[in-house]
Amino acid sequence: MPTIQDFQNWPDAHGRFGDFGGQFVAETLMAPLAELTEAYLSLRENPEFLAELDRDLTHYVGRPSPIYHAERLSRHVGGARILLKREDLNHTGAHKINNTIGQALVAKRMGKPRVIAETGAGQHGVATATVAARFGLKCVVYMGAVDIERQKINVYRMKLLGAEVVPVTSGSKTLKDALNEAMRDWVTNVADTFYIIGTVAGPHPYPMMVRDFNAIVGREARAQMLEQYGRLPDVLTACVGGGSNAIGLFHAFLNDSSVRMVGAEAAGEGIATGHHAASLAAGRPGVLHGNRTYVLCDDNGQITETHSVSAGLDYPGVGPEHAFLKDAGRAEYVGVTDDEALEAFHLLARTEGILAALESSHAVAQAMKLARELPKDGIVLCNLSGRGDKDVHTIAAREGVQV
Amino acid sequence: MSRIDRRFAALKSAGRTGLIPFVTAGDPAPEHHVALMHALVDAGADLIELGVPFSDPMADGPVIQHASERAIAKGVGLADVLAWVAAFRQRDNETPIVLMGYLNPVEIHGYERFANEAVVAGADGVLLVDCPLEEAAVLEPLRKAGLQQILLAAPTTAPARMAALCEAADGFLYYVSFAGITGAGRLSTQDIAARVADIRSHANAPVAVGFGVKDAQSAKAIAGFADAVVIGSALVERLEGATTAQDIAARVQGFLGPIRAALDAP
Repeated sequence: MPTIQDFQNWPDAHGRFGDFGGQFVAETLMAPLAELTEAYLSLRENPEFLAELDRDLTHYVGRPSPIYHAERLSRHVGGARILLKREDLNHTGAHKINNTIGQALVAKRMGKPRVIAETGAGQHGVATATVAARFGLKCVVYMGAVDIERQKINVYRMKLLGAEVVPVTSGSKTLKDALNEAMRDWVTNVADTFYIIGTVAGPHPYPMMVRDFNAIVGREARAQMLEQYGRLPDVLTACVGGGSNAIGLFHAFLNDSSVRMVGAEAAGEGIATGHHAASLAAGRPGVLHGNRTYVLCDDNGQITETHSVSAGLDYPGVGPEHAFLKDAGRAEYVGVTDDEALEAFHLLARTEGILAALESSHAVAQAMKLARELPKDGIVLCNLSGRGDKDVHTIAAREGVQV
Repeated sequence: MSRIDRRFAALKSAGRTGLIPFVTAGDPAPEHHVALMHALVDAGADLIELGVPFSDPMADGPVIQHASERAIAKGVGLADVLAWVAAFRQRDNETPIVLMGYLNPVEIHGYERFANEAVVAGADGVLLVDCPLEEAAVLEPLRKAGLQQILLAAPTTAPARMAALCEAADGFLYYVSFAGITGAGRLSTQDIAARVADIRSHANAPVAVGFGVKDAQSAKAIAGFADAVVIGSALVERLEGATTAQDIAARVQGFLGPIRAALDAP
């Protein structure tokens, strides 16, 4: 068992991050999870697999992504330097592809010709449809009927890429229900199907595997910091829905005790209103989607519906590694409201010429708060996890503009 | 000897196959739920599986998902379920009750608190779908309080795991007859027969077969080689929309009656 001080060595052999994680699934999924765990544990040490992954990350995704000193934004804020890790410059416009390309390669190595995915805003669905096309895999994406209505462009994008999009009409008809439905598909079609989960949630080995594929973000950023600035940043920040881009940035720095880490959750209309998606800041430990983690639920244990202006943060759970880092005191998690995120979105657009995704705008808002607390020579490294083109309609509608 | 163990021993000595209906607690009508439970027994149920509604029933098909949603919409929670069990026990102290559901409602209620309240109410076992053997340490307070943990086995269960499940089986072992969600329609009787025969020869407990059983014919096919048959989705579907105790009892009798008769036919 890893010691608690070594934060990089989790999960343990049972897929647990301290009290969190695990494999809370029906018996029918235990065999496919065992098969996947075995395959992945061997592939993550396989030089050929890693070289293949690296080639695609370089030539298809466009890595490494730069770290960019947002000078005009920093000056405007009037505190420490804000650096942006530009995951928005990846192919498909977000960090999501780091994970889908990795899992598609695992699927290919396991001989599974069909991949399935759940999606909320459609970003993970698009990233999955993309790599399915790239590797010649059949692709089915489950999406809540409500989300399909809200995200028509991404639905069409997935179809252009050859994927089938299946509407989910159970429960709240959103991301969590799409995840349930994808899980049901997987239970029924395990022989030929690989389930590409889009975040660091779900049963073991998903939180570990998705983290590993996104950890390149932090590995690159850490090396870039040392090379370009000769030092590590004072604080990292990233938005947290399921938490894949945040853990991707944090992981390489977990044992650097001088580096503070702050996750920005969606506080929606404010945590006090109940209309939010801040599982860590306002939830409690529970069991959802195959792992123990912080969840938003009522006293009967029913998972509650969440709210955020950004569909990608609109999830009532969170990756178990974040739950662990919170309880261990290694990372902090705070809420950023819809309004704060939108304000940051506009400010970044005007000062730096970058349209950030609404999800990432939560991180930018948090970076601004952190920069104000630090001296001018301090450094805040913020994960700009995705670009905002997809959100233009949402923002226009919210601000009463006809596009 | 627990109620569950007594019931299976009695079935065995009588040479009968057990009939285990599943209903979602609070569906179709919370106010008639206790009457529904008695109606199940009157129609020949040997044990009742009572589904605790959950917002995210990952392993269930549309029929039970929707039953769960209906019950939650009517405000049904764990406390109601336990109150109905207690009310049922005032008239029936013999029919075993297994609470079936997902872990989160129990986790949030608190394991020790749940264990004590469930035993006081008169529940006999739990089947927590998303709590496989590997995670079952959290259920220690339930076992200590006397609740039996019913384990699931599946066609995908590997041999070494199956041996562990057979060893750990308590009350009965619930064999999920195919890899899928509840209520799906595929069933190869020969495959199930072979697997169940093997499991029965190793398990420390009787074997009940479920998932996909929907009428007298499919129940009878399984009766030849299982200790008990579980019927869920088809019954829940039949009950949907019933609003009076009489209607509920009539539908239960109309559905379970022929199944009971088929199971008991020589």
